[in-house]
Amino acid sequence: MLNFIFRRLLIAVPTLIFLVVFSFLIMHSAPGGPFDSEKPIPPAVKANIEKKYGLDQPLYKQMLNYIGGIVTEFDFGPSFRYKDRTVNELIADGFPVTLTYGFIAFVFAVSIGVSIGVYAALHQNSWLDYSTLSFAIVGQILPNFVMAPLLVLIFTNTLGWLPGGGWEGGKIQFIILPAVALGTSYLASIARITRSSMLEVLHSNFIRTAKAKGLPYKTIIFKHALKPAMLPVISYLGPAFVGMITGSVIIDTFFSTGGIGLHFVNSALNRDYSVLMGVTILLGTLTILFSTLVDILYAWIDPKIRY
Amino acid sequence: MNFKLTLGIAAFSAALALSACDSKTETTASEITSAAPVTEEKLASDQTYIYRQLDEITSFDPQLIEDVDGSIVGRDLFEGLVNQDENGSIVPGVAESWEISENNTKFVFKLRDSAKWSNGNPVTAHDFVYAWQRLADPEFASPYSWFMEIMYVENAGEIIAGEKAPETLGAVAVDDLTLEVKLSQSLPYFVKMLSHTSTFPVPKDVVETLGKDWTKPGSLVGNGAYVLEEHVVNERSVRVRNENYWDNENTVIDKVIALVINDENQAYNRFKAGEVHKTDIPAGQFKRVMQENPDETFSMPQLCSYYYLFNTTRAPFDNPDVRKALAYSIDRAVIADQILAAGQTGAYFFTPPKTDGFVAPEVDWSKKSQAELDAEARELLAKAGYGVDNPLKLSILYNTSEDHKKIAIAISQMWKTKLGVETTLENQEWKTYLDTRRLPDYDVARAGWCGDYNEASTFLTLLMSDNDLNDSKWKSTKYDELLTSATVMSDPNVNYTLAEQMLADAMPIAPIYHYAEDIAISKNLKGWPFNNIEQNMYSKDMYLVE
Amino acid sequence: MLIDHEKSQALAENLANQAEVQGRSLWKDAANRFYHNKAAMAGLVVLCLVVIFTLVGPLFAQWDNEEIDWNALGNIATAGAPSIETGHYFGTDELGRDLYSRVIQGTQVSLMVGVIGSLIAVVIGTLYGATAGYIGGRLDGVMMRFVDIMMSVPYMFILILLMVIFGRSIFLIFIGIGLISWLDMSRIVRGQTLSLKNKEFIEAAIAAGVPTFNIIVRHIVPNVLGIVIVYATLLVPQMILTESFISFLGLGVQEPLTSWGVLISEGAGTMSYGTLWQLAFPLFFFVITLLSFFFIGDGLRDALDPKDR
Repeated sequence: MLNFIFRRLLIAVPTLIFLVVFSFLIMHSAPGGPFDSEKPIPPAVKANIEKKYGLDQPLYKQMLNYIGGIVTEFDFGPSFRYKDRTVNELIADGFPVTLTYGFIAFVFAVSIGVSIGVYAALHQNSWLDYSTLSFAIVGQILPNFVMAPLLVLIFTNTLGWLPGGGWEGGKIQFIILPAVALGTSYLASIARITRSSMLEVLHSNFIRTAKAKGLPYKTIIFKHALKPAMLPVISYLGPAFVGMITGSVIIDTFFSTGGIGLHFVNSALNRDYSVLMGVTILLGTLTILFSTLVDILYAWIDPKIRY
Repeated sequence: MNFKLTLGIAAFSAALALSACDSKTETTASEITSAAPVTEEKLASDQTYIYRQLDEITSFDPQLIEDVDGSIVGRDLFEGLVNQDENGSIVPGVAESWEISENNTKFVFKLRDSAKWSNGNPVTAHDFVYAWQRLADPEFASPYSWFMEIMYVENAGEIIAGEKAPETLGAVAVDDLTLEVKLSQSLPYFVKMLSHTSTFPVPKDVVETLGKDWTKPGSLVGNGAYVLEEHVVNERSVRVRNENYWDNENTVIDKVIALVINDENQAYNRFKAGEVHKTDIPAGQFKRVMQENPDETFSMPQLCSYYYLFNTTRAPFDNPDVRKALAYSIDRAVIADQILAAGQTGAYFFTPPKTDGFVAPEVDWSKKSQAELDAEARELLAKAGYGVDNPLKLSILYNTSEDHKKIAIAISQMWKTKLGVETTLENQEWKTYLDTRRLPDYDVARAGWCGDYNEASTFLTLLMSDNDLNDSKWKSTKYDELLTSATVMSDPNVNYTLAEQMLADAMPIAPIYHYAEDIAISKNLKGWPFNNIEQNMYSKDMYLVE
Repeated sequence: MLIDHEKSQALAENLANQAEVQGRSLWKDAANRFYHNKAAMAGLVVLCLVVIFTLVGPLFAQWDNEEIDWNALGNIATAGAPSIETGHYFGTDELGRDLYSRVIQGTQVSLMVGVIGSLIAVVIGTLYGATAGYIGGRLDGVMMRFVDIMMSVPYMFILILLMVIFGRSIFLIFIGIGLISWLDMSRIVRGQTLSLKNKEFIEAAIAAGVPTFNIIVRHIVPNVLGIVIVYATLLVPQMILTESFISFLGLGVQEPLTSWGVLISEGAGTMSYGTLWQLAFPLFFFVITLLSFFFIGDGLRDALDPKDR
């Protein structure tokens, strides 16, 4: 196990370096720079600004400086666009917000998704099974940029129950709509995966044996069937969580939650090099972290798996 | 250099247009109008003004603010020497009065002694000197440092270029309450420029002790009517009443909240839900919104023009006949009244008609019916050798935006049905688009321009041969002469009208429409500066009623 | 991407075992089981109808997809409503363009993105996985480490970056989406190949002197086809969803082309202004098509994996 984690970490380093270099080069090969605007800045002024941000140096030096800053001081540099802010601050401000509603969406999706899935599996081929399943599939494919304004239309403009956006430090009424909009499609996927893997487990020999032995129904379901049925769900959760974080760009656009989602697109559009590198590294790290976590969980649930 | 020249000419000519104020001016504090509700209105108990902000602002530092949204915040947190009133006229700010002498090259400002920073310290002339030197300092590298240069403050250009020390700037504090500014050339327009946020003072001691962190909420010390209480990037910024502000008594709004809402439909939904007092009307929905809610829907002309550029370095767009044919066959009524339908007006010349002093030219083609223009366009295009058997092929470049997309599609359809022109659409994101335009690597490109100040030269100088912004690359010495000589004329508008005539003949750009700003304002919010064409608003001048 | 590959892997093992025991009747059995799956058959029928609609639909259109109805323009809420009289069966979009034609055209683009994207993923993933699994040894190690590294890349983000910088083109969408989806495929195929490679018929081929590449293409690939098909069916809706996300960000196809993603996000923008048809029609086609793909995918999986029965 330790060996496995160590190997994973070993891969993480070249992956991150690859990501940084790749994004850095793409970014700098893009037309336009962070300080270009409709009114061109006089050359003397532009030279002053580029000097201030070190953009007058050769590309490889800029990259080395940047990586050096991260390694030695964990400093991701100043934002080129938000001049009062450093990348560290932007991420420190936005990431907890994204994590908060992301985590709640996640819990919401997993708890309800698994319940629906198990329920549907236990009532296989009944109308309840079909209706929950159809609901799940529709939920899965309804894009969240339709879901989000729809929720606002219903809960804010028609019913007036919940605010249409904002965050206000994370008060509960501000979290609900973003978390629901973000979680629904994952909830649906989880429900479907749970249902089919539960069905598979229920038809397997060891459950039949358990039934034959006359074990109570509840014990069979919760003690014997649920755990192995969760394996495919767990392997889905790693990429799902990272997908939620990336998908937060839509949530931040519609609900003005102030998470890091907007930076994913805006930093590229604004050519805010340092923020772009910051979020690239953050997302890369998260992706690696979660796939490692999933593998560990997996090994814990299914001792047959060895790495 | 070109840049400086054109802006210089512009400012200079503007100055001449306003030469009436070339005399000693004295204004007293008593003349200031402040927010005061009309008697029968009942003030709301909660004076919290909430508005929608499209994007996160780039900085709270007056010398770093670049965007319109940022300067709205900047005008609340800081106060310059002068302010604008609801009509856009200059009224005293920190400066109580000023004297102009030596043919508009020397300005002496008397500061009010009641002006205080939010930490209680007095605002002095030294703070202005510090802020202005900071703006020009190459080490500070403000993207707006050129503003000091076009204000012609002595030595500004040399300081920016690194040839002189910032301390040599022609602005000195004679004593704590007297600021003396020397210009390198006559500029009667100078005082008007001081309502710009980049000229606002900053507290030297705070800036120097806290460094980059001085703009953080809690640390930021300003001299405006409000202080920054909270700032969450991409979510909100909250400013509350500054008890130390000299005119605090006449300030009604207690708290101002700017909410960042990217999506305009979502923003309007939240306006309808009563969550914000002010937002923009979603593109294309003005008519419907106006019918639904006429009391809270407004449209105001803006000093901006929307036009298409022709790349005159590329055949066949080097041929004026082709350019004219394309320009004539755009049905401006359809675009202004049906697609945008929010108070915009079709444009047959570049300068917006509302521009101060501008006399709209009598261009022939504006008087013809669209059918006549279409027929003429077909003739012109046939003359240039294009027709059904040899269709003109071109691409339209535009930057990503719902409105630009709609207009490009509509125009491509007009060209297709009327002239048989085959169009491809090329949508690029902003920075790539700017690059492509500047190269120039396009056939026809969408462009828009908003005046830097209220005078026609801010538009017309754009097309001068050596202007960096002349992306159509059209060159005419006659046109250049018209605008250069305008700077020394008593009425430059004569030449502006002639220049517009030249544009109508050569058509290096196809004017399409003049902008309008469409906003939704809650009926509870009063004091909005509807008559200020630059839309520079101050929260302290507004108030909320029940 | 978000496909549950563990499940597919398990299925792959079953499939391999099955091949051993049942021999030639496997495909016929599977087909039989598929025909008896009502949901899957319904999905297949709906999908066929959608495809037929995109092919035949244009014949009935009275407007082409880029033509503006100047009479409806400026008064979309009433003049642009769905109507047989005006020839706008599905109404018009905000610019007075016929939604019927645009939905057909958007359906074509979205289906193409889904199918071509999956094809790219399938071809690359299958060849890559089969090669790694068959040759094995150090090459296998290196190739699979590469997949591990690629798996840790936040693709959606990279794709956004590429679209921002290299501009929008339908080509880039195909490549971008296809290239990020082959990773799971290659892992599954590799696992399959490992269990196939010691089988007698492979050994016979080696003994007969068949070149390595031919063994992979002629003997390995056909034997992993079942799992590949299932996976590909589940991949198509993922591709379409990805495309719609990119379109929402304004980075989709270039006008006057359109796609479901573009139409739906435009429709969603105006849904509170009384032009609900702009959202309803594209969303309807989007939902029924994706539902069909899901049912077909599930049906195929059940058909090819008899363990559930």
